[in-house]
Amino acid sequence: MTATAQSAAGAGAGQSDAILEVLHLTRAFGGVTAVNDCSFQVRRGTITGLIGPNGAGKTTAFNLISGFLKPTSGTVIFDGERIDGQPPHVIARKGLVRTFQIPRPLGAMTVLENLVLVSAGQEGERVWNVWFRPGRVGQREREIIDRALAVLEYVDLIHLRDEYAANLSGGQKKLLELARALMAEPRLILLDEPGAGVNRTLLRRLVGYIEELCFARGITMFIIEHDMDLVARLCNPVIVMSEGTRLTEGTPEEVRNNPAVLEAYLGGQYR
Amino acid sequence: MNGSKSTTMIVAAVTAAMILLPLLHSGGSVSAVVNFLAPFVTTVAVLAVIAIGLNVQWGYTGIFNFGVVAFFMVGAFVAAIVTKQPADSEFVQYVGGFGDRLAFLPVLDSQEWLPFVFGVLAAALAAALLALLLALAALRLREDYLAITTIGVAEVLRRVTIEEAWLVNGTRGLTGIPRPFAGWFDAGVYKFVFLLLALAVLAVVYLLVERGISSPWGRVLRALREDEDVVAASGKNVFAFKVEGFVLGAALMGVGGAFYAFQQGTVSPETFTHFFGTFIIWAMLVLGGSGNNAGAIVGTYVIWGFWSITLQLQGFDLPVFVVDRISFFRDFLIGALIVVVLLARPQGLVPERARVSRWLERRVRELQQQGAKREATPVESAPRTAE
Repeated sequence: MTATAQSAAGAGAGQSDAILEVLHLTRAFGGVTAVNDCSFQVRRGTITGLIGPNGAGKTTAFNLISGFLKPTSGTVIFDGERIDGQPPHVIARKGLVRTFQIPRPLGAMTVLENLVLVSAGQEGERVWNVWFRPGRVGQREREIIDRALAVLEYVDLIHLRDEYAANLSGGQKKLLELARALMAEPRLILLDEPGAGVNRTLLRRLVGYIEELCFARGITMFIIEHDMDLVARLCNPVIVMSEGTRLTEGTPEEVRNNPAVLEAYLGGQYR
Repeated sequence: MNGSKSTTMIVAAVTAAMILLPLLHSGGSVSAVVNFLAPFVTTVAVLAVIAIGLNVQWGYTGIFNFGVVAFFMVGAFVAAIVTKQPADSEFVQYVGGFGDRLAFLPVLDSQEWLPFVFGVLAAALAAALLALLLALAALRLREDYLAITTIGVAEVLRRVTIEEAWLVNGTRGLTGIPRPFAGWFDAGVYKFVFLLLALAVLAVVYLLVERGISSPWGRVLRALREDEDVVAASGKNVFAFKVEGFVLGAALMGVGGAFYAFQQGTVSPETFTHFFGTFIIWAMLVLGGSGNNAGAIVGTYVIWGFWSITLQLQGFDLPVFVVDRISFFRDFLIGALIVVVLLARPQGLVPERARVSRWLERRVRELQQQGAKREATPVESAPRTAE
């Protein structure tokens, strides 16, 4: 845990190497402690994987980091700032954006509307501005629409621009989740099982997007994933959670060969 | 609006009945028809304001308010006690009575208009304040619990107006509520003046709400209806937007209540039953198409049309067992109409539009024109090989 190794790349003056720091995070639901004294870091500019058997507390950890759940105790630091206990919309506005495990499109709205909704700093979200200063609202709206169109081009959903989001296929909904996250101008995206239920072709595309967004555009990615092949291809480092806490961390290769990890997944009988 | 045939047919049928029944009843008198239609359309305009208020809450924001009558009633009573003169008899008790004191501007006989402006504003403000208190206490509840809470609040307020006789004169209610501009016109002409006033208020409310909804603000409200977590994950303050939608909707219900009081001239707690004040408004919105303000108006027209038609039937020479049961028949008919429409058209008579922001609408139309041009050019310049 003391591995705050200063890497030369990415760490600017006064900037810590870790974009996300989780310290002794704990969350109890009644008698069950889903996340238990869990500590880890996500380094800036990496695609960090979060794996672990079912019930290890991965999604709960994501919910605690993104503010959808309040921790029982512990600290979450995003880019040098404490964010634990803050409401989700405040955290999202700081640039820490999450996607959902099962895509949640706003079904009765068009694909374009789903994206345009997300942008921050919309003066038109104050109804009196809409009534009394429509000019300014329209100007900002135009900028946001053009940005949304560019994002739709990028994820290749532009042809579905005016389709109701409910009518999208499963894979397209995954892309919509990613596109919506991009509209928030994030610095860190928490992706909850991006590969689940996605066919090979789309998976290849998703991998391409994630790598490009991280390495070319500098958006750190923190990914929960069960598909070990995908993790091995995409993530480095990989954090392993088991029974609510961090078990180990390392390259995909190290993690795969770690007997403790095998034990956590398979339950001790192969000891 | 919407080009759907069934919608046009239903509206046309109601309109035909609204004209034919009084015509038959009076033996072909046109003035009888006009005298019937003017107050009918007035009531439609007033109730449509309330239905639009509910549309803001339910149709857009997805807040399940089953206590519409509370805001409707508060608006009506507040407008009444603000515009009336002080109580001057031992048999009549109510708070307020500011009519005279509010006419402080020596412009255009301010007695005839200024108190009403204050009355409407106070009604909107009181309903908004009630909504704000309720929102802070209960808006974080899940929607089914919120629905129960709103019913409870409505019933409590109804009981208070009945039991606390000093407040708004108990069950006897308030009579002689003054009417805006009434002194400036003949009694015969005045009902048309009030009709125009009600239509003007509806038009203003409609335009304000349409403007509000077809904007980024409205987009957040509609997203809330779909999925609050997604809205929160997008960096929007879910609770603040829900409060805004709820309070704005309630304020409109208060305005509707105020004009209802002016139109009726008399309001008592008995007027504001859950059936009339909440259920009928819901019926209007759901039938017309929740999520569409034009739908709210069409639904109000159709439901109130059915209501009035069945009452008209009372004047005809029908068997006694029918006449005696006409008000039950009316409720039954409205219920049946809702069932039929919802089975055939679950989205209501005038469904919600796909894209809502007018800027988005404009931009997409631009893009479509550009796209059409781009596609059209090569086809035209391409050499025609076979023909």
